[in-house]
Amino acid sequence: MTLDSKVPSGPLAEKWDSHKFASKLVNPANRRKHTVIIVGTGLAGASAASSLGELGYNVLSFCIQDSPRRAHSIAAQGGINAAKNYQNDGDSIYRLFYDTIKGGDYRAREANVYRLAQVSVNIIDQCVAQGVPFAREYGGQLDNRSFGGAQVSRTFYARGQTGQQLLLGAYQSMQRQVARGQVKQFPNREMLDLVLINGQARGIIVRNLVTGQLERYVADAVCLATGGYGTAYYLSTNAVGSNVTASWRAHKRGALFANPCFTQIHPTCIPVSGEDQSKLTLMSESLRNDGRVWVPKNTGDKRRAADIPESERDYYLERKYPSFGNLVPRDVASRNAKQVCDEGRGVGETGLAVYLDFKDAIQRLGHDVVAARYGNLFEMYEKITGEDPYTVPMRMYPAIHYAMGGLWVDYNLMSNVPGLHVLGEANFSDHGANRLGASALMQGLADGYFVIPYTLAHYIAGTKVEKVTTDHDAFKEAENSVQDRINKVLAVKGTKTPRELHRQLGRLLWDDVGMARNEAGLKKALATIPKLREEFWQNVAVPGDANNLNKNLEYAGRVADYLEFAELLALDALTRTESCGGHFREESQTPEGEAQRDDAHFSHVSAWEFQGVGKTPTLHKEPLVFEEVHPSQRSYK
Amino acid sequence: MKIHLKVWRQAGPTAHGQFVNYTAENVSPHMSFLEMLDVVNEGLIRKGQEAIAFDSDCREGICGTCGFMVSGIPHGPEPHTTVCQLHMRKFKDGDALTLEPWRSKGFPVLRDLIVDRSAFDRIIQAGGYTSVNTGGAQDANAILIGRDTAEAAMDSAACIGCGACVAACKNASAALFTSAKITHLSLLPQGQVERGTRVLNMVERMDMEGFGSCSNEGECEAVCPKGISLRNIATMNREYWKAILSS
Repeated sequence: MTLDSKVPSGPLAEKWDSHKFASKLVNPANRRKHTVIIVGTGLAGASAASSLGELGYNVLSFCIQDSPRRAHSIAAQGGINAAKNYQNDGDSIYRLFYDTIKGGDYRAREANVYRLAQVSVNIIDQCVAQGVPFAREYGGQLDNRSFGGAQVSRTFYARGQTGQQLLLGAYQSMQRQVARGQVKQFPNREMLDLVLINGQARGIIVRNLVTGQLERYVADAVCLATGGYGTAYYLSTNAVGSNVTASWRAHKRGALFANPCFTQIHPTCIPVSGEDQSKLTLMSESLRNDGRVWVPKNTGDKRRAADIPESERDYYLERKYPSFGNLVPRDVASRNAKQVCDEGRGVGETGLAVYLDFKDAIQRLGHDVVAARYGNLFEMYEKITGEDPYTVPMRMYPAIHYAMGGLWVDYNLMSNVPGLHVLGEANFSDHGANRLGASALMQGLADGYFVIPYTLAHYIAGTKVEKVTTDHDAFKEAENSVQDRINKVLAVKGTKTPRELHRQLGRLLWDDVGMARNEAGLKKALATIPKLREEFWQNVAVPGDANNLNKNLEYAGRVADYLEFAELLALDALTRTESCGGHFREESQTPEGEAQRDDAHFSHVSAWEFQGVGKTPTLHKEPLVFEEVHPSQRSYK
Repeated sequence: MKIHLKVWRQAGPTAHGQFVNYTAENVSPHMSFLEMLDVVNEGLIRKGQEAIAFDSDCREGICGTCGFMVSGIPHGPEPHTTVCQLHMRKFKDGDALTLEPWRSKGFPVLRDLIVDRSAFDRIIQAGGYTSVNTGGAQDANAILIGRDTAEAAMDSAACIGCGACVAACKNASAALFTSAKITHLSLLPQGQVERGTRVLNMVERMDMEGFGSCSNEGECEAVCPKGISLRNIATMNREYWKAILSS
């Protein structure tokens, strides 16, 4: 199999325009004859559903939540990047492109990233027209802040609820199309299989999570916007319902999975407090704009923060990275936090935390300014920990936050399976090995509002599809295989809960496929995961049946998929012996302990082809070609 | 600590429901309320019994998925807090709590503590948007919006659609939810074109869904996890009469 990225020729800045012109169109009168399935209603899925509905396609939209408005994009706090240069501080499309490519440690496709930077400006215009209440200056213009490693202020925000406001904007647009009858929405549905006919993605099998019934839906094309796989680690900042199932089942039907080892660990999360914790809460990294990260200079210093004098504090990010200070990219900040904790200088009861201190910011700006900027985050922190961050420094520790890897897609966001398009976090395409802050919202909306309307039209206009109904044998086969798997889970009647097995898998992945990875640990993980998977199928406990609302059955199905997916995650991490971005191989570091890339051997996308559970998948490589930028060792000194 | 729970169990939308008693043992004060329930459920599953069905997703208080009555108060006793963000340190050893789903004609029970809130989607479908298609927007800074106006719009837009307002209201009115969206959009220049039709259509839909009328009890504001103000309802009423009189 050769992976054709379909990146258009020509100068970088003209690729997208010339590609749009070269793409085929679907006549407005013909669009109503075509049906598109969109799975997921986060920023990518909801924006795609509304845009395609507006154009006149029949859209079928599915989500696992009880309303599309609850998709996990809603939890994004900090902001959305756009190359507007409203602040006159030297930003440009090229600079956003360059920062994103560099931030991703040169493991993303140039053309995709440039397009992302180009359409970023349209996103802000679109959202404002929808009535998204972005923060404003007193003069009435939009406010911006600098965010996560950027030296320009290009981040737009709505308090600490930017994801919520952007998602509600997209959701409302989508509801408008529901009212017009252009979009039919199916909440409480979980996609459990992809249906291929003549090699094309033509439909899905979903389980109605309220009635338990399996349902079949047919379309001309399928778009997955089902998010990332961070919950494989059990504890993550993802919603507890986020999962890998839709992507994984598509992978088992032939879609290649790219760069699964590129996972992002977010540096500022509230530390783990106990065994029964169900998730980790992220504190927006905008906090690092004014908060200062420190630990005691001496190991084992158990004094209260207030009792440790300035001279005995180590503001290690400011010390090691004077030009970026507390604003170094997420991977660098996370690894340094791990390092100081490994040295025994961590704080709090567990010793697995660093301080994020606002004392200086409150002195410099005053309590009110700090409260205006971060008030809701401080409140959230106090609710969870019972400590007041205005008087006691916050405790922070890194946690799994985002998946840069995902299903392989070409420049048109289409996977190697014709008709199967993948949008947002579920694809692998734009963030390389590390995503910059405030870029996830940008990518989700770019894919849904401004890319897929063009590329999907091109696919539909240029592709002949057989006229089929859901009575086709391929639907029967897929539904039967889904039913068999559900029956198999229910038949085990064991004694271990899905949560226990998930927690075990999560701990294993965090220890051996987490912030720092090495050959021995990865091999250990690869040996342990199949045993855990076997234990699941021998001993999982799922009371009740499949014919009604059964949360534990849903969860068990997802855990079963994590247990297959985890092996691919570890294998990809083992195969990539270089360090890059969020993937840190201990064997590959600079003398200063920074990630050491190996461009000679790893300047490629690793796209894996499924060969069966427990069988070694086949690796396909898409070489990364850099025509515009010259990969260099990232330095934030 | 030990917490005694009296939980509404109902096998399905048409099934007969009843309260069942459970005890949560070894509850740590650091746990969230839902984590405490997770542990109770783990125990039930290990005994081969079906877990208490409750819904949650982000567990950060922003998605609006979770929510049930804790001893008569939506989301429990802590102000401005969803039940996923309610921590057990707010309770004491031996407390006895009653857990019930939202009770409203507009929110039929699906199972145990889970209700169907799709009526909220239909209220938004009636007009909770600006009718702009993707692609044609002018530059975002072309229309200036005063900071105070933007902030006021954000105050209303912060609603998470959890339904606590309906659950708290003796009339099961959805006025706070509906008015928050109406206020958000009526404050902004982008919402002006459809200002009149929006309020008329959304209010009509709200009534059709079986929610009761607002009689200014203020219970909704008191339990709203996002602190959405009762003033939104006053705005909605003003907008409504303005639209009626000018139509």
